[in-house]
Amino acid sequence: MAAPLTLLLIVAVTIRAALFRSSLAELIAERVEVVSPITAWKRVVEGLALLDLGVSPYSGDVFHETPLIIYMFHFLVDYAEITFMLADVITAVALYMAVKEYNKQVFRKQKFALEADRYPMDSLELIRSPKEMYYIPLKVAMFYLLNPFTILSCVAKSTCGLNNAVLALFFLSTIKGNVLLSAIFLCLATYQSIYPITLCAPAMLYFMQRQYIPVNFRRVSFWWFIVQYLFMYLGSLFVLICLSFFLLGSWDYLPSVYGFILSVPDLTPNIGLFWYFFAEMFEHFRLFFLCVFQINVFFYTIPLSIKLKEHPVFLMFMQLAVISIFKSYPTVGDVALYLAFLPVWSHLHRFLRNIFLVSCVLLACSVLFPVLWHLWIYAGSANSNFYYAITLLFNVAQILLVSDYFYAFLRREHHLTNGLYLKRKDGSEATLILK
Amino acid sequence: MGLLSDPNRRRALISMLTRLNAPICVVCYFAGVAWFMGLAFEPFTLRTYMSENAMGSTMVEERFPAGERALATGREFAAHKKKVGGMPVDWLVKNMQDRGLEVFTQSFSRTLPFPDENKERYIVKGTNVYGILRAPRAPRTEALVLSAPCSPGDSNNQAVGLLLGLAQYFRNQIYWAKDIIFLVNEHDLIGMQAWLEGYHHTNTTGMSWSPLQGRGGSIQAALSLELSSDVITSLDLVLEGLNGQLPNLDLANLFYAFCQKIGVLCTIQGKLQRNDWDSVSGYSHAVQTMMLMVMKQASGRPWGDHGLFLRYHIEAATIKGVNSFRQYKTDATTIGRLLEGMYRKLNNLLERLHQSYFFYLMPSLSHFVSIGYYMPAFGLLAVILLLRALDLWVQLNTPPSTTEDGVADIDQVRHTLLSVLTPLVISHLTGVALYALPIRFQETAVEHFPVSETEAVVLTAIAIYTAGLALPHNTHRYYIMSAVPDVRGWRVLKLIAVLYLAVLLGCTALINFSLGFILALTLVPLAAFVTPHVPKVLSAFILVILSPACTLLFSVFFFQELQEMPVSFQDGWLLYLSVISQGILDHSLYGSLVYPLIALLVYPCWLLFWNILFWK
Repeated sequence: MAAPLTLLLIVAVTIRAALFRSSLAELIAERVEVVSPITAWKRVVEGLALLDLGVSPYSGDVFHETPLIIYMFHFLVDYAEITFMLADVITAVALYMAVKEYNKQVFRKQKFALEADRYPMDSLELIRSPKEMYYIPLKVAMFYLLNPFTILSCVAKSTCGLNNAVLALFFLSTIKGNVLLSAIFLCLATYQSIYPITLCAPAMLYFMQRQYIPVNFRRVSFWWFIVQYLFMYLGSLFVLICLSFFLLGSWDYLPSVYGFILSVPDLTPNIGLFWYFFAEMFEHFRLFFLCVFQINVFFYTIPLSIKLKEHPVFLMFMQLAVISIFKSYPTVGDVALYLAFLPVWSHLHRFLRNIFLVSCVLLACSVLFPVLWHLWIYAGSANSNFYYAITLLFNVAQILLVSDYFYAFLRREHHLTNGLYLKRKDGSEATLILK
Repeated sequence: MGLLSDPNRRRALISMLTRLNAPICVVCYFAGVAWFMGLAFEPFTLRTYMSENAMGSTMVEERFPAGERALATGREFAAHKKKVGGMPVDWLVKNMQDRGLEVFTQSFSRTLPFPDENKERYIVKGTNVYGILRAPRAPRTEALVLSAPCSPGDSNNQAVGLLLGLAQYFRNQIYWAKDIIFLVNEHDLIGMQAWLEGYHHTNTTGMSWSPLQGRGGSIQAALSLELSSDVITSLDLVLEGLNGQLPNLDLANLFYAFCQKIGVLCTIQGKLQRNDWDSVSGYSHAVQTMMLMVMKQASGRPWGDHGLFLRYHIEAATIKGVNSFRQYKTDATTIGRLLEGMYRKLNNLLERLHQSYFFYLMPSLSHFVSIGYYMPAFGLLAVILLLRALDLWVQLNTPPSTTEDGVADIDQVRHTLLSVLTPLVISHLTGVALYALPIRFQETAVEHFPVSETEAVVLTAIAIYTAGLALPHNTHRYYIMSAVPDVRGWRVLKLIAVLYLAVLLGCTALINFSLGFILALTLVPLAAFVTPHVPKVLSAFILVILSPACTLLFSVFFFQELQEMPVSFQDGWLLYLSVISQGILDHSLYGSLVYPLIALLVYPCWLLFWNILFWK
């Protein structure tokens, strides 16, 4: 399996290198779908220039990345293209290894369940075979590396690629069962963009499942593990924040990075839901709706964790998707990360209901973004409503996609315990209806 | 959400859609065409009205007196033009300076990729002369443009004369709040392109021009004047710009309002307005006018010198003086008064023209069809593609009767993937060849064949286009040998092709409705019926008839028919060749998108359907 992966990596890097050399790179780096005010490379360069002049990079309202990123590029700025390609490669390899390990676990668990005769006879066709699972890790890597969204994001040198790499490493260390590394990477991801904090829940659930700690509020071992994990997480967060302070010599970056993410002052159009809504709103209601929108991102953690506490990896996928849909400055790079997980759930395909509709809409929307942008900004004949309509449709499609997978997952679990061919009490065939 | 979550209702709906797929598609197609034809029917259209407050409610009085003197200046200009044998730059500079303008010149040069036989030019060198009348009443942040082309021969002398006359008159008025730029451009659109690029500091087409020495504020609106006789019978308004872009409807409304006020006959597409909408001839007149607009817009080329302004967010139109055999004549003073009135109203603008529509079709100058009314016509056609896609999806998802083991399944998937990928790649490569090769190979072609450069380019394009038809037969020969029978292959390919076409046409229709609609009209039925199981020869014939190139050929004849200048087949064919060369030139000179769109996207998409027909 190493050979196809290597080939894939070579192809992916070649495509990126070719695009970096072409005239398209500049065009892509300007697209609002690909870069956000936080992740734009132009802004990083600006921050670097300010840093070199001995001014705080956060003076003015241009640079909003974290201090670690700017100090990293202080040394790597000449190798920026290689860094971003490397970030993509790391993400892909990490996902590949993680999914491979995860599939092994799934298969082992399935074997135990089979041996314990826990599945009803008629649901045997839902059992996953090693043959179909064999190519999944490769497909995941392929979905990430060859996804046009990832390629665009990498060619635009959007720092989103680095966030994805950190998240993928977090995923890998979690799956491998390394608590300390998992906490450290999660803290790095949180430090970069706050929202990954919600991934705490699936990580802890996963470790508890792995270490046979029951999820029970009355057990000491449960609380003890949470305290342990949070200690590692918060400790490394503390270290990172202090490190940033000492590097920069001031606390400027806190309002400029986290304040910027949470209070959404920059209403440049993007593929998210915030910009239009807050551009249209009366100033009077801004704070209220800001709270509503931001709580919305975090809130899904609770119901999803309760529902999916037996399946932390699926929960992690759901959380990644929710973050990338509802975060304040989403880019296509964020979307690409959770789309890469879709092959992992390829066994759910028979239960998906709207996949055709949703993929058509997603496809059409991705093409319509630049077209409507052109009509709005260059031709001047359309207006922001056109663009927002497509943004809205894109997000609705994403939500439908995620909820479709959610429903399919739950339905498969239901069938695994209750049998595939459900009967009503009177013996007629029953159908499952989501209400 | 009931439909999305309730499996029973979904199943019912899907089974209905698949069972009645063909009839629904046919109904949709005819409904779409009928809707479109209905758009020209007057009760279904809206009357034009002025949306912009700043231009609507204020009164202006037109006092321009000096029509005769303007015509005299025009004659003087003609004499100097003849003497110099081109643009009389010095004379123009001196005259504009005498009238108190700040005068600047800009020289430009451009070598066309191949000779333009219609206008007989290859290496173009020229000079634009423009004078700026500085606004006395306001900071100089905004400007209006009045331009007249300096064309070869005897045409448009009166336009330059009137432009100078208006400059002199405008100079003495105190109410101007915007700079007014009087521009005389040489070599029509090429000069205009050079001037606009110079004004906005952009260079999109690799043209060389000297930088502008003087500038006004940001340009709010522009009118281009074409006038070739001392008296005229009517004024024609030309709106269609580059890539089918149209100026804000308020500009047309303004023109119409002043024509009404001053009492000048006005036309659009050269067609007068008729009042008998309820008679058949009245309706067919409106249809003709609208179809002319659709054809012109679909061509994506600028139909007057104003066409390039639109790219820079400047609302612009061309006003053409027409002198026919009608009794009622209008003199230059009246046209001057009309322009004065329009400029005074434009002068009152507080912000860019944005209130009214940007997407519209006009069956007459006083009526228009807005985007909300014409889009359903396209939507009905596009829905056919989605229905076919749904049908194919359902067919693909119903499991085949014979169950195969896992190995064969994986092989099957890989097999399908390969057999679908190859036609996709090959047809797109053909498209790239069609786009890139004609201009690149013109020299080789000229060396080896007795043709001129222009013919070489056009004939190479046609040759590559035709050669593309032969290619796809070979694309899946190598995979046919594998043992697995391929039942999914063409369905997958067709699903991809149909969705591809839907997205492609949708985007095209958003940018240029007319082009999207005309392409949909021919490509959608083809996409709907093609399978490998239909009679080969007949279907191949239909496919070729409905291909983009033949669509263009029919459009040429149809356009001539609409203009009431029918041509013989021989002339039509020559016209067709020149239209192709003009399309390629428009792309390389002004950045028109029609040629790359057809070559790189529409043609490969059509090739996919061709491929499906010959699927083995």
